[in-house]
Amino acid sequence: MAPRKTASTSSRKTAAKPAKKDFTGGTIAEFSKEDDLHAYREMLLIRRFEEKAGQLYGMGFIGGFCHLYIGQEAVVVGMQLALKEGDQVITGYRDHGHMLACGMSARGVMAELTGRRGGLSKGKGGSMHMFSKEKHFYGGHGIVGAQVSLGTGLAFANKYRGNDNVSLAYFGDGAANQGQVYESFNMASLWKLPVIYIIENNRYAMGTAVSRASAQTDFSQRGASFNIPGFQVDGMDVRAVKAAADEAVEHCRSGKGPIILEMQTYRYRGHSMSDPAKYRSKDEVQKMRSEHDPIEQVRARLLENKWASEDDLKQIDKDVRDIVADSADFAQADPEPDASELYTDILL
Amino acid sequence: MPIEILMPALSPTMEEGTLSKWVKNEGDAVKSGDVIAEIETDKATMEVEAVDEGVIGKILIAAGTEGVKVNTAIAVLLQDGESADAMAVPKAAEKQAEAAGPKVEEAEKPTQQGSAAAPVPAQPKGEVAADPDIPAGTEMVSTTVREALRDAMAEEMRRDEDVFVMGEEVAEYQGAYKVTQGLLQEFGARRVIDTPITEHGFAGVGVGAAMTGLKPIVEFMTFNFAMQAIDQIINSAAKTLYMSGGQMGAPIVFRGPNGAAARVAAQHSQCYAAWYSHIPGLKVVMPYTAADAKGLLKAAIRDPNPVIFLENEILYGQSFDVPKMDDFVLPIGKARVHKKGNDATVVSFGIGMTYAIKAIAELEKDGIDVELIDLRTIRPMDLPTIIESVKKTGRLVVVEEGYPQSSVGTEIATRVMQQAFDYLDAPILTIAGKDVPMPYAANLEKLALPNVGEVVQAVKTVCYK
Repeated sequence: MAPRKTASTSSRKTAAKPAKKDFTGGTIAEFSKEDDLHAYREMLLIRRFEEKAGQLYGMGFIGGFCHLYIGQEAVVVGMQLALKEGDQVITGYRDHGHMLACGMSARGVMAELTGRRGGLSKGKGGSMHMFSKEKHFYGGHGIVGAQVSLGTGLAFANKYRGNDNVSLAYFGDGAANQGQVYESFNMASLWKLPVIYIIENNRYAMGTAVSRASAQTDFSQRGASFNIPGFQVDGMDVRAVKAAADEAVEHCRSGKGPIILEMQTYRYRGHSMSDPAKYRSKDEVQKMRSEHDPIEQVRARLLENKWASEDDLKQIDKDVRDIVADSADFAQADPEPDASELYTDILL
Repeated sequence: MPIEILMPALSPTMEEGTLSKWVKNEGDAVKSGDVIAEIETDKATMEVEAVDEGVIGKILIAAGTEGVKVNTAIAVLLQDGESADAMAVPKAAEKQAEAAGPKVEEAEKPTQQGSAAAPVPAQPKGEVAADPDIPAGTEMVSTTVREALRDAMAEEMRRDEDVFVMGEEVAEYQGAYKVTQGLLQEFGARRVIDTPITEHGFAGVGVGAAMTGLKPIVEFMTFNFAMQAIDQIINSAAKTLYMSGGQMGAPIVFRGPNGAAARVAAQHSQCYAAWYSHIPGLKVVMPYTAADAKGLLKAAIRDPNPVIFLENEILYGQSFDVPKMDDFVLPIGKARVHKKGNDATVVSFGIGMTYAIKAIAELEKDGIDVELIDLRTIRPMDLPTIIESVKKTGRLVVVEEGYPQSSVGTEIATRVMQQAFDYLDAPILTIAGKDVPMPYAANLEKLALPNVGEVVQAVKTVCYK
């Protein structure tokens, strides 16, 4: 499939971009049968999980804000393939996919969404605030851009401790305009911190198109003032994401400092559940779904390469649906937190 | 007329310094801009430049003299044709405008220094109650608050490799207020980290590092600048433990000078005690004495929770007895009875104590025996100690420098009213800063801050005297 051209990239000026030349960018990783099957299953789990979350929201089991990751699955699944034990992940409020990709339990995430005691935060965090020390997932942050400084701090800790772990700080095209992002870029570059800034450009910050909010729409160049290299990646192709992740991880682990990956992706659903979707056309969404869907790309490849039969894929789909159904059942049956939990976990 | 060269003020809060070195000698000709001497305060060593041209007629203060008050004549400059023989003995400075000006942006005219620094107290006069946390017979060493804070950080950094300090000018400059003096030399650039001027960003970096278990000490040059970072302090540091169901928190200390210094006006003069005390998930400490500063900062660094540690620039240079102990750690959340008394209770904290201490000394002359409580920690608040005292005295006055609305004092008044109403013999009075942005003019600044007279009057009022 040809690399996707976004409106932003086609209108981009062709100025010299010295930071990019050290990186190949735009390459496609060679995926084995196992890689493709793994990616397919992981992305499908996120997709089915999010669909179920949307359904439970509609039924009133999930309250408050609920931001679904449907359409962007290749980004987090591809990035995760390049990590090793101890590497940290932090993101904003659209975090369900990241948590599943980090290996956090579907039950734990779903029960947190329903505000039950078996949730990852005992029901006290909700959709936007979940964490797992065990899986090195540092949230789940509801304040747009805050996770960028925090993620830089995770990288600071790795460098301070002298380990070779890297931290992945995910944020969107909207957060990319926050001031603290650039304060963090400056320190990360100054101190050569091992942090990968992953800008998930899904084209809309809530309802505001990138071109209406950003003077520089090539987000991979947002680190230029700080000598942070960056490149754009087809975030709908998990192999492209994996190739970019490998380059970025190698860059960070070898002590060269931070790097920016602009993931060109797309969210099918609204910003949150209450999105009226007046800012884009149904055709635009439909076109992305039918021509660039990250899961369909892998599915087609698996069939084409005869790495899986329709029946094999159906079986994967069934396994994934079982996990999601189990998480939904658990999240509805699990009791709410005990009233005594109101006053716990405030101070140690 | 010979010109008197006066001891200049190097900072808004400087009152005296050491004349460490004369660069010019008697008989030397000087032009404006020439360095004539070096003076040193506990914060910095600065060069004194000549403002006028002439010949140094007489050096009045010898090199090495300590404790030279701002505004003292330190030398006499002779103009053309004037002879040293004809020189009159210098009288007290009157024309400060002609004083040699130091190369300090914040330097101000020395005349105003006296009035601006008026809130600075003498050492406590009233009988100070023994601190139950200090074993009887412990050797005490006179230490400035600044040194006590530095010692606390150094001791904790020696004890725990995970403790590091970051902030603006903490390393090579040795601290904007010299609180981190010497730390870079002892611990190196890995653990004493100069940051860019980006409070929001480096507060977030600190919190992120803390979430992994490191124990950062984040210094804000002043807490006024921490408003840029308040989202990370509150939304990230204070709430993560709760939002993660207890999985991870942020063992971090945010520290720095808080409240009004002297003559730095509205944007640099504000007390944040009440602000941070509003937030569940934070501890808020505001010491007055050097001993408390040391013992509580050590406790704050060891505390697994985020701690806001509010210091005061005016107190940095003041000396107090600090116990000489291998590991002097005080409990956070415990008030200290500064002086026992029976007639009325005064509660204060931080620099508010300076007004309270002077006031109770005056009240003692009028036969009013005040019990003075130094709150020390604003959150969690040691209400039992206050209520215990109110049960005895039946009267309560709270003193602080912060704004009056939604203040620490109104919080104390509310809770004491709710929990000890039957013991009160008079309405609780609160003394606070005035409800205005801090003005620059010396007279207005003085009016905006609380004063001793207000405290004295308030205590008399609750005693119906």
